Amino acid sequence: MIEILSVTGPASIQDLGRFDQYRFGVGTSGAMDDVALRAGNILLGNDENAAAVEIPMMPFRVRFDRNIAFALTGAAVAAEIAGRAIPPWWRSYARAGDILNIKAMSHGARSYLAVSGGIDVPMVLGSRSTQFRGEFGGLHGRPLRVGDILPCAASTAAIGELGIEPAGITLARPNAAADETIVRVIVAGEYDAFDATAQDLFWSSSWTITPQSNRYGYRLQGPAVKPKEPVEKRSHGIVPGVIQMPPNGQPIIQMRDAQTSGGYPKIATVIGADLWRVGQARLGGKLRFEQTAYSDALAAEDEMSAYLDRLRANMRLVEETRTCR
Amino acid sequence: MTVPDRPRISLLGTSALLFEAPGAFDVAHQRRIWTLAATASKWPDIREAVPGITNLMLTFETPPRQLDALISALNDGWDTAEGLAIGGRQIRLPVTYGGEIGSQLQSVADHCSLSIDDVVAIHAAPLYTVFALGSHPGYCYLGGMDPRITVPRRQTPLQRSAGGSVSIGGSQTGVSASPGPSGWHAIGHTSWTFFDPSWPMPAALAPGDTVRFEIERVIR
Repeated sequence: MIEILSVTGPASIQDLGRFDQYRFGVGTSGAMDDVALRAGNILLGNDENAAAVEIPMMPFRVRFDRNIAFALTGAAVAAEIAGRAIPPWWRSYARAGDILNIKAMSHGARSYLAVSGGIDVPMVLGSRSTQFRGEFGGLHGRPLRVGDILPCAASTAAIGELGIEPAGITLARPNAAADETIVRVIVAGEYDAFDATAQDLFWSSSWTITPQSNRYGYRLQGPAVKPKEPVEKRSHGIVPGVIQMPPNGQPIIQMRDAQTSGGYPKIATVIGADLWRVGQARLGGKLRFEQTAYSDALAAEDEMSAYLDRLRANMRLVEETRTCR
Repeated sequence: MTVPDRPRISLLGTSALLFEAPGAFDVAHQRRIWTLAATASKWPDIREAVPGITNLMLTFETPPRQLDALISALNDGWDTAEGLAIGGRQIRLPVTYGGEIGSQLQSVADHCSLSIDDVVAIHAAPLYTVFALGSHPGYCYLGGMDPRITVPRRQTPLQRSAGGSVSIGGSQTGVSASPGPSGWHAIGHTSWTFFDPSWPMPAALAPGDTVRFEIERVIR
């Protein structure tokens, strides 16, 4: 078990998400940075869909009540276990009574604490992810609080420390400036409702991520991008990554806790391979959109899969080497 | 018109695709959407076929390498889809119009150049059909609203609107199942449980069910 000693923002239990309940109005939820969640679970030899703690603000402190392996991935953080510093994207081992202290976050927006065997909250509608709007999943369908006890499925077998290269380095975009996140998007249904000037403005602007950005959506600020004439759509399904353009011309990127349907015009959609980059973009930071063809978006997903495949293969090698010794 | 409008098909990134049927926002078109949804949900690589308002979202198990075959199948499926008449349940929902939660009642009346009593009477008159579920757990989109009380969605969506809000967005109406962000205008509220994840079917209402609003009270 893990006891929460200190929590600052809305930390929550998330797995990869709840993907087949749209017809009941239930969105995906799930880790905002699914690459980091997978990497943490791979490090621990867990099922990649095992639930972890998503931590959006520091400080965050927990106490382990048993010997257990854990991993920290996602945002770059200053963290210590029993007073020893933990490098980024690292698997460590806690002894019963040890305190994990994540003090600060220097890059990125969300850190993931995965434990051996995963956080063992009940599956609800096929997932352990917290559904805030529906108040179910995760731990009682709500953000974590001080004093919460998280059950762990874990084996207590001791495993050695080990690190991997963060996805942000391996999958870095060549043209990204410091403090600006560039994400690839595919144009969406109402792109042509905007004239060439408005479209240019959408591509050329460096959008500011406003403080009203969270797991529901990222509300951006910049020059108003308005369609040629007002668009009122009949409500239709939307997915995380869809960029809606409300009448005020300020884009909203739908994120993991987004509504499952909407009617504002959609100018584009962030591709699956880049959605985690949005999840790691900080409030007050900048975002820029880059147009991508569907085939290139699939190639980008292949590149991400290849990165995860290498992680899996390397982990297997490491474990085999250890067993042979 | 000699050439009928064709459906619109657009991508939602790499994880889903949207099919929008041509024609009116009515039960006849919606019944064809239900049929197409039932058909498409059995196709390979399709995770879910999710009806919207005269449209259908397909989410992908894995993104198809080629989209042409899927697009053709959708177009053919639409052309041959017979309306699926779902014999649903009929629900009566008592509504308090106006008040703190239904605070947009007056502005909706002003926008439509109607009195509050007119808006309430017009809103409560039809037998609505549940066209689709969406937005948030258990929320129902209702078809059948009188176009006289059409109001465009908000310029900027609200961060939080109350659970049980009865609201209007464009030419649609619906009742929220829980509190959350909304771009619609709340004109009243109801206390009813629309969703419980422990139920065998987690949502209380399903497409094809019908809803009648009963005027419990009007707060001016």
